[in-house]
Amino acid sequence: MTPVLPNPAQSLAPPTAQPPVLRYADVNLSFGETPALVHLSFIMQAGETRVVLGAAGSGKTMLLKTAVGLVAPDSGHISLFGEEVTGRKESQLYDVRSKVGILFQEGGLFDSLTVAENVAYPLLNQHAGQAPSPQEVDQRVRESLSFVELEHTLDKFPSELSGGMRRRVGIARAVVTDPQLVLYDSPTAGLDPITANTIINLIIKGRDMRNAATIMVTHRYQDGHLMANFRYNPDSGNIERWEASQLTTRFFVMQEGRLYFEGSEAELRASTDSYVQKFARPGSS
Amino acid sequence: MFDFLKRPVETFQEFMFLSGRAFRNIFRSPHYADDILLQMDTIGVGSLFIVSLIGFFSGVVMALQMSRALATYGAQGQIGQIVSITLVRELGPVLASLLVAGRNASGIASELGSMRVTEQIDAMRALGTDPIQKLVTPRLIAMAVVLPLLTIIADFLGLVGGYFIAYSMLDITTDQYWSTAWRILEYNDITQGLVKPFLFAIVIALVGCYYGMNTSGGTQGVGRSTTKAVVVASVWIFIITSMLDPLFVNLSS
Repeated sequence: MTPVLPNPAQSLAPPTAQPPVLRYADVNLSFGETPALVHLSFIMQAGETRVVLGAAGSGKTMLLKTAVGLVAPDSGHISLFGEEVTGRKESQLYDVRSKVGILFQEGGLFDSLTVAENVAYPLLNQHAGQAPSPQEVDQRVRESLSFVELEHTLDKFPSELSGGMRRRVGIARAVVTDPQLVLYDSPTAGLDPITANTIINLIIKGRDMRNAATIMVTHRYQDGHLMANFRYNPDSGNIERWEASQLTTRFFVMQEGRLYFEGSEAELRASTDSYVQKFARPGSS
Repeated sequence: MFDFLKRPVETFQEFMFLSGRAFRNIFRSPHYADDILLQMDTIGVGSLFIVSLIGFFSGVVMALQMSRALATYGAQGQIGQIVSITLVRELGPVLASLLVAGRNASGIASELGSMRVTEQIDAMRALGTDPIQKLVTPRLIAMAVVLPLLTIIADFLGLVGGYFIAYSMLDITTDQYWSTAWRILEYNDITQGLVKPFLFAIVIALVGCYYGMNTSGGTQGVGRSTTKAVVVASVWIFIITSMLDPLFVNLSS
């Protein structure tokens, strides 16, 4: 009889009733000789925030793409909401992906669709069972666009919008299904500081309104600082300082595919490592 | 030792994998009828003018060039046969396909390549849509339907071009030209004239889609994919026609 070997992904699981939102267990990925992810292991629980910093090519984007099975790792295990992602067929991943919202680095908005059609896309394609009615889709699209303050762009095409507006439409599309995990890939890249702050405020608002787990890849320390120290106050409707956000926000610093540093913002700032220091001060990238 | 073969073999394997999935999706839901019609319009209606123009002038050139050779034997009256056989069997399918390859294999590769580098294809996958089902299969079906139709139009207009020369410059009557052009055609000629563009269409669509879907390296990569798609599709058109010709020639003998 073949012995049943323990699943490394399961062996890392903490004894909680709810499975972790995301679990990486010794994940490795390389493209030819170039390592993209090396022995990557971590666990993320519901409501937590991860800010991923690191140099270009350090594996940040691959971390997000492997999380939802867009890129398959060479070895190791990844599970989303307790479901194994690795080794599954593309069609078997659609259900679990529907619980995740993604903002891509390049936006990923469909050029040939209007803003409204782009935002409606997940609602029409990721429903389990019966498709929502056109009225319901319309209402949720308007709500989501209103959330990013772009309800007036319904009939425009992405090419007619500025970079910051496209990013905001991308956020509206990422959160329209109320996902339990949202992945943001460099949401402020290439934007001016004011627009970048607007985007981060929207991400904080989306996170705190839905209590969604959030992973944000970024080059800017300031983005992580805001995520770790501010929250959305539904009573005042403002983003305000709240130290308790630090408890649920962890920082990753990646280097050549390795998880080089993991810790709180205070630990990040206190680190004396020269590589970590590069990402731990305002204006760093 | 055989490392230099690794990349071409991998490319061929990936191409066959994409082709297999594209064909399998023809029989699987969901079917994107709107996308098929849109592609038929882009490929068919969009290429109609240029294919008609080239078809007509290839008939004109054929009649002009062959008339001199036929005059040597006093056989200018057979010009309709020559134009008809050449166009229907070979020139019509190959010329129409080369034009469509230049126009649409490049268009498909650049469109899908741009979608690739701007992460629209990743977004599609993340949002629960199979990009092969949504992007490749509709282009494959549309091309396979439209290219044989474009070839028929190119053949007909080529014959009209030949008639224009025959009637105006060679003093051949309308009856003589059209009856010889029509009578010489056998089922074998019509069959190969339709089978060829059908196979070329499959190659053009899949090659365009393959290079588009595998684009990397930003906007420069899109340019490279577009060039490769046109070159590879055009070369395969000649390879396929060279492989099919002996088969059809033997069938007719």
